[in-house]
Amino acid sequence: MAANSAPVRTPVTISTRVDQVGLRPRVAGAVRAVIAIIIAVIMLIPVAWMTMTAFKALPDAVSVPPKVFFTPTLEGFVNLFTQRRQLSAQEWEAAKQRTDLNWAELIVLQRQQTIIGQSQFAGQLVNSVVIASTSTVLSVGFAVLSAYAFSRFNIPGKDDLLFFILSQRMLPAVVVTVPIFLMYRQLGLYDTHLGMILLYTSFNLSFAVWLLKGFIDEIPREYEDAALVDGYTRLQAFRKIALPQATTGIAATTVFSFIFSWNEYAFALLLTSDRARTAPPSIPLILGTGGIEWSTIAAGSLIFLIPVVVVTFALRRHLLRGVTFGAIRKG
Amino acid sequence: MANIELRQVSKKFGESYAVKPLDLHIKDGEFVVLLGPSGCGKTTTLRMISGLEAVTEGQIIFNGQDVTWRHPSERNIAFVFQFFALYSHLTARENVAFPLQAEGIGREEVKRRVAQVSEMLKIQHLLDKRPGSLSGGDQQRVALARALVRQPAAFLMDEPLGALDAEFRETMRAEIKRLHIDQKATTVYVTHDQIEAMAMSDRIVVMSRAEVQQAATPTDIYHNPANIFVASFIGSPGMNLIPGRYADGSVHVDGGSFTVNDGWRAALAKGLDADGSVIVGFRPEAVEVLAEGAVRGEIYAADMHGSYSMLHIELKRDQIVHIRADRGPHYRIGETLAFSIRPHMVRFFHPKTEKALNPENMA
Repeated sequence: MAANSAPVRTPVTISTRVDQVGLRPRVAGAVRAVIAIIIAVIMLIPVAWMTMTAFKALPDAVSVPPKVFFTPTLEGFVNLFTQRRQLSAQEWEAAKQRTDLNWAELIVLQRQQTIIGQSQFAGQLVNSVVIASTSTVLSVGFAVLSAYAFSRFNIPGKDDLLFFILSQRMLPAVVVTVPIFLMYRQLGLYDTHLGMILLYTSFNLSFAVWLLKGFIDEIPREYEDAALVDGYTRLQAFRKIALPQATTGIAATTVFSFIFSWNEYAFALLLTSDRARTAPPSIPLILGTGGIEWSTIAAGSLIFLIPVVVVTFALRRHLLRGVTFGAIRKG
Repeated sequence: MANIELRQVSKKFGESYAVKPLDLHIKDGEFVVLLGPSGCGKTTTLRMISGLEAVTEGQIIFNGQDVTWRHPSERNIAFVFQFFALYSHLTARENVAFPLQAEGIGREEVKRRVAQVSEMLKIQHLLDKRPGSLSGGDQQRVALARALVRQPAAFLMDEPLGALDAEFRETMRAEIKRLHIDQKATTVYVTHDQIEAMAMSDRIVVMSRAEVQQAATPTDIYHNPANIFVASFIGSPGMNLIPGRYADGSVHVDGGSFTVNDGWRAALAKGLDADGSVIVGFRPEAVEVLAEGAVRGEIYAADMHGSYSMLHIELKRDQIVHIRADRGPHYRIGETLAFSIRPHMVRFFHPKTEKALNPENMA
């Protein structure tokens, strides 16, 4: 403004420059930041602790007072993926002389053990990935179609049908596990991937239909109407117009469905044994002999956590886009 | 282009009528406005014409062809929505080109037609923007371009100016009218704004309670309303409607009486019940303030409107008429004022049927 004349210092009341902001707003900002950090720390301590434990040797993991500084080791992870045998003193001495051992064998050797094979955990993780992702894709896919139909068409008995769908989730798991177990055994679905996928799909479906219907209801019909008069068929209008607008809802539903299928414990415990067992029921079984193997459990939990974080982060852009989406203004 | 015929078209939602059986013939190139309060069935009628809503009964004919059960895309129409319905994930250019892509038109041709239509609507500089970053007026221009680009046989517009700010509304109204004059395309336009209807249309179809009340030119609708609803709905304020009694060539109302001309006498004598009770209707501008005027009342309030004054005259308690007068003198509240109604501008309605009475030969 008056830049050409000699600069006159006037007190700054509003400024975008951080160094010119008054003391009071700066203090308020700092206080808010501190509170946010405290909350974040409180929320993250268990996760951080679990991560640390996963990299501790057993003595460090169970030491009292707990150790914050320790020498990291992959012992927990090695234990998680292997089956081991205790060595006799004689064998241990012999093994120590060998030079052809790999890093994993060296780690278990410190505890007088040798690796005798793979554990089932890797296979169970694969089962979890297959079952959780297939059932998520199926339930979200079907739910998008039926939610769209419920949202857009005059379906006879619509309200009753929607209530019926919701009612699928009203029975607690403990009530239905045993009947489903008996049914699955008769049908040959016990301990199969197909059985678990069907089960999780049907569980997620009811919830996904309701969630997605809410999102699709929010998309103004005019978009598809416009496409219809512009010469597109109903299916094209759905694919080109409704579907892209529903990404937020689809992303949210996907995350929820995946987390449910991924974490589900009770049915997996009862309905699977060897072939189709998923990770959740097996983690508690790692307990081990002669003392709880805390680092192994922590290692398993950490690995188990990763896919959920990955899926959520992969979709976070869609999740956050939220409601600022439409160009249709509601007057 | 297209002429559109609705034969006994009706729509029921459940047991209640959204649109009662309706006949309407829209001529090629005509600009017809469906006007009415919200919930009167005007939008449903428009959506039935477009094919977005299925009719319950009746037939819709485009150029002599029955299209009642044709898909919207097969009717060669364009629809303009109140909230624009622009695809927010596409740029303005892609939005305009969208209908052409449905027809599988070649890339060069699409480019040419998009350029042509955006020049017509002066939106060239907006083409690479997303709808979300455009003003309401510009969004509606893009939506109009999308409608025009296909060169459809008819335009259907559902309150296209309803979501715009007042300043844009005036401009866009002129633009749409001009567009219609240039294109001569059959246009069906839904609005609840009577000023829009008056300003733009060749013909107004006034709807209320799922029924057509009157379909006529704006002048006719304004001066010769078919019934009490149309009389009070059109105009701001609407037509003054006061109860009166007809006997022997003159009409008595609270505040005075006046004689009617010959054209009306026979109609009133024939059309009214034996007791002669009648609803007298006159527009605010149909009166003259005269010292010897036939009707008298007390000035209840006076509003200055710039070029004229609107006076609210209390003929008796709770019966106020609105009259338009010179802005000249100062009207004092509480004063008695006399006025007369210009004989050729008075209208009469039957109090029970609420229908207008028609004089033998209109003056």
